Amino acid sequence: MTSVAEAPTVQRRLLAQTGHGPLPTLDASQVVGLARDAGLTGRGGSGFPLWRKLNAVLVSGRPPTIIANGAEGEPASGKDKALLTYQPHLVLDGLQLIARAARASTAYLYVAQPAAFRAVLGSRRDPIPVTLVTAPDAFVAGEESAVAAAVAGRGAVPADKRFRLPDTGTLVQNVETLAHLALIARYGAGWFRTAGTYDEPGTFLATIGGAVAAPGVVEAGYGVPLGDLITAAGGPTAPLAAVLVGGYHGAWVPADPALPISREALSPYGATPGAGVVTALPLGACGLAETARIAGYLADQSAGQCGPCVNGLPRLATTLADLAAFRARPTLPAEVTRLTHLVTGRGACRHPDGTARLIASAMRAFSADVTAHLNGHCLATHTP
Amino acid sequence: MTRLHIDWTACDGRGLCAELLPELLAEDDWGYPMARDGSPSPTVPPALEPNAQRAVDRCPALALHLTREAERPSAPTR
Repeated sequence: MTSVAEAPTVQRRLLAQTGHGPLPTLDASQVVGLARDAGLTGRGGSGFPLWRKLNAVLVSGRPPTIIANGAEGEPASGKDKALLTYQPHLVLDGLQLIARAARASTAYLYVAQPAAFRAVLGSRRDPIPVTLVTAPDAFVAGEESAVAAAVAGRGAVPADKRFRLPDTGTLVQNVETLAHLALIARYGAGWFRTAGTYDEPGTFLATIGGAVAAPGVVEAGYGVPLGDLITAAGGPTAPLAAVLVGGYHGAWVPADPALPISREALSPYGATPGAGVVTALPLGACGLAETARIAGYLADQSAGQCGPCVNGLPRLATTLADLAAFRARPTLPAEVTRLTHLVTGRGACRHPDGTARLIASAMRAFSADVTAHLNGHCLATHTP
Repeated sequence: MTRLHIDWTACDGRGLCAELLPELLAEDDWGYPMARDGSPSPTVPPALEPNAQRAVDRCPALALHLTREAERPSAPTR
């Protein structure tokens, strides 16, 4: 149950322009306990509790490899880049907390532009040295096992999941998650929980884009009404038709200003807050055409390793492109459904699953336009 | 409980497993194995374990593995 102890709204914690004082030294059980009491979950998209992953690494008995993941391969997301630009020390503080707790000999920062962090790292007196690793510019390069592979000197592509990564001693955490941990270490788990909802505590960074006046990064507590995020990004530039929540692996939801951005409130739409990407689609733009464009991009971004993804995603993308361009046949919606089921769960990573989820949500959210497109016209653009 | 795990990064769709284990696997549009129950890693009933082991042993890409669950507590509390 969500209890709304206080009206969640836009607020600044990670993005606050204040000094935070020295970082306390915590042992492993204190870090695990704080993260658990705070209810801190991964901000990279999966929403997995940090303490569970950290605990698995601690009990694995393997030499720990602790990695801050700032790859942000999602084109619609800019929050990790913004955080690393404006608050790199919070990220590095969080990385040190975990690396120290796990008694790691080295920690890793995985980012697209490592050179930008040499000066910041040089200005700190970190007990655990930080090694910079370059994240390639590819959608799946930020996937947990791809990150671990890149740090191990292999290609940044997802690996098979027969063994869970934390059980092998490797912890990959999104940079925003680490920055939250750095604040929790200073201000406590109770403070962290004063934002967000009871079940989904804390703030998150959202990247607001599409038909808004001032696209950018906004911080808010989970449960923030969609309308508050849109307003914080300058407000809509046109009446909105729908909103894509959760990025390219996300789902379309109604442009309802009251809709809370939380796992609980979004679940009826098959959506989650994910990594906080919110993209507004204006009235007059075709949601099917936009989804077909994204599906084409995602098909191109397959790492090329897994047969169902290599073959299924292009097939899905072209089927959707046919629908968008009125090259339709009556069996097309059933074919889309069949293909989304065909690729789901059948890959080393969740790239096929996320792509299928996006497409399935478009077929639901724009169902009236699906029918219209099958009959040769578009309700949104009034074409052809 | 025994499950059949498919390493998709290794599988190249030769189709041997679907022939050796038709009770559990079919081929998809492109010849890759697809669990008949629709799950990513189908459960292997005890009676089919010898056949499943044969499929694992004969996969030319070494892409199949039998995994046994509930051997390890997933999340110790502290």
